[in-house]
Amino acid sequence: MRELGRILRRMFRRNKLALASLFVILALIATALLAPWIAPYDPNQPDMGDTLSLPSIRHLLGTDQLGRDILSRIIWGARISLQVGIIAVGIAFVLGTIIGMFGAYWGKWSDEVSMRVVDIMLSFPMILLAICLIAFFGSSLSNVMIAVGISLSPRFARIARGLTLTVKEQVYIESAKALGAGSLRICFCHVLPNIFSPLLVTATLYISTAILIESSLSYLGLGVQPPDPTWGSIINEGREVLRIAPWISTFAGLVIMVTILSFNILGDTLRDFLDPRLRRQI
Amino acid sequence: MKTYLIRRCLMVVPTLIGIATVVFIIIRLAPGNPAEILLGDYATPEARAFLEEKMGLNEPLPVQYGIYLWNFLQGDFGRSFATNRLVLPEIIRHLPYTLELAAAAVLLSVLIGLPAGILSAVKKDTLFDRVSMVLALFLAAMPLFWLGVLLMLLFSIHLGWFPVIGAGDPTSLNAIKYLVLPSIALAGTPTAIIARMTRSTVLEIIQQEFVKVARAKGLGEAKVILKHVLKNVMIPVTTVIGLNMGQLLGGGVVIEMVFARPGLGKLLIDSIYARDYLQVQGTVIVIAALFVFINLLVDLNYSLLDPRIRYR
Repeated sequence: MRELGRILRRMFRRNKLALASLFVILALIATALLAPWIAPYDPNQPDMGDTLSLPSIRHLLGTDQLGRDILSRIIWGARISLQVGIIAVGIAFVLGTIIGMFGAYWGKWSDEVSMRVVDIMLSFPMILLAICLIAFFGSSLSNVMIAVGISLSPRFARIARGLTLTVKEQVYIESAKALGAGSLRICFCHVLPNIFSPLLVTATLYISTAILIESSLSYLGLGVQPPDPTWGSIINEGREVLRIAPWISTFAGLVIMVTILSFNILGDTLRDFLDPRLRRQI
Repeated sequence: MKTYLIRRCLMVVPTLIGIATVVFIIIRLAPGNPAEILLGDYATPEARAFLEEKMGLNEPLPVQYGIYLWNFLQGDFGRSFATNRLVLPEIIRHLPYTLELAAAAVLLSVLIGLPAGILSAVKKDTLFDRVSMVLALFLAAMPLFWLGVLLMLLFSIHLGWFPVIGAGDPTSLNAIKYLVLPSIALAGTPTAIIARMTRSTVLEIIQQEFVKVARAKGLGEAKVILKHVLKNVMIPVTTVIGLNMGQLLGGGVVIEMVFARPGLGKLLIDSIYARDYLQVQGTVIVIAALFVFINLLVDLNYSLLDPRIRYR
């Protein structure tokens, strides 16, 4: 752990862009956590006397067709986007690691079956699988997280499998077996800690993908339902009044872009620093 | 080689069955049975019982799966509940719009991404290299539906150069006008990825012996790049294109909604809004099957691009 901290400090000292990205991400997380206190207005409170107003001192990013403050909606939207990004990747991480790790550790038919399932899941474009799940299970915050998590899980399974195949040949695994440890214990106590760090890097890289899928689902009206604000739904609402109020879609899109950019830069730097071999696998 | 081709083509069949199975499992795991989902909350018990009988939902699950798979293999996806039309012909009617969009986006991303990547590598650390790589970084981070909205705002609403929505008459040349903005929006992310991938591959390749030999022979830089480097760049670039084609089909769903193009994506989302689940099921399966076929074509293409690759 101390070693990881030292590597990270060196990484951020060398790569100022990664440091800037980290600050942006921390600022976004703080914004999401402090939304009730820092949002200037209630994000869902309509004000029919102040609809589609231009950005001004009163409403820094203007208002939408119902007079709702765009800045407040973007701040509250950060909660949902980051929540989905982090929890969906968490689901994918757990699901994918279990499938990939146990499949590879037990080998033979379990590996064959798990990898065929993964191959079939990978036959769906990511957003299509998420859309399919949402279509039949309904759209709610938890369903969006689960759908995005399931769509991402085959990627984690592939990487976990590859890493486990290498780790399971190590001498310490042989020793654990010789001491009578069961496969569950070996996987969780010996394999997992040794494949954890590259999987964590993968997770950082996929947070941006999860946020993108969530915003696309929200844009399509299949994500979190109105009136709760999400970045994707703000862009969609803005599209209806694009001709007269282009700032609504523009600001929400900018926030998504900066978020994705920050996660991409941080993830890429982490990957290059911690495990350059992963470049070929992800 | 022939054995590989046959084996690779045959592998498509179990994958397609797998895709149909995943969709079957998702529908069966969804709350309520398919008859309830299809008829909605206000259906009478009699109507529900009639549909359950008609759909074979009273049969044991393995039998239901067998019927479903048999129908699937015959291309029978049932009838749309919203339009009462057969699902498959409806999909085929919308398919050309999606293929047209995906093909235009691939073409654009290769035509822009490949030269941009090569030039960036050749002019490494110059202003061109820095600007194009920063642009690629931003492009890769842009949600494509937002890029679509921005393009629509600038080129359709403000400048009036292109139509805002629709696909036009497919038989007239005018349809190209409707294709420009959606394909640029859809090409955004793959262009960025191809440019970055090409740049790093070219940088790797120009260090190799055969390039040094070509230069030592006195070949001009343009000839070295076009004759020796480009061929070797195509393998990783084709892989990236193949990987992105799936995302292009997925992204196409969103872009078709932005520009109201009547392709498979719009059909899918409209069917979801209309709770027309048989249409949703069929469309999802067809899009995933398209993805599988594209991957097959990409795989087969490798051996054409690089004669050193001989599959056994």
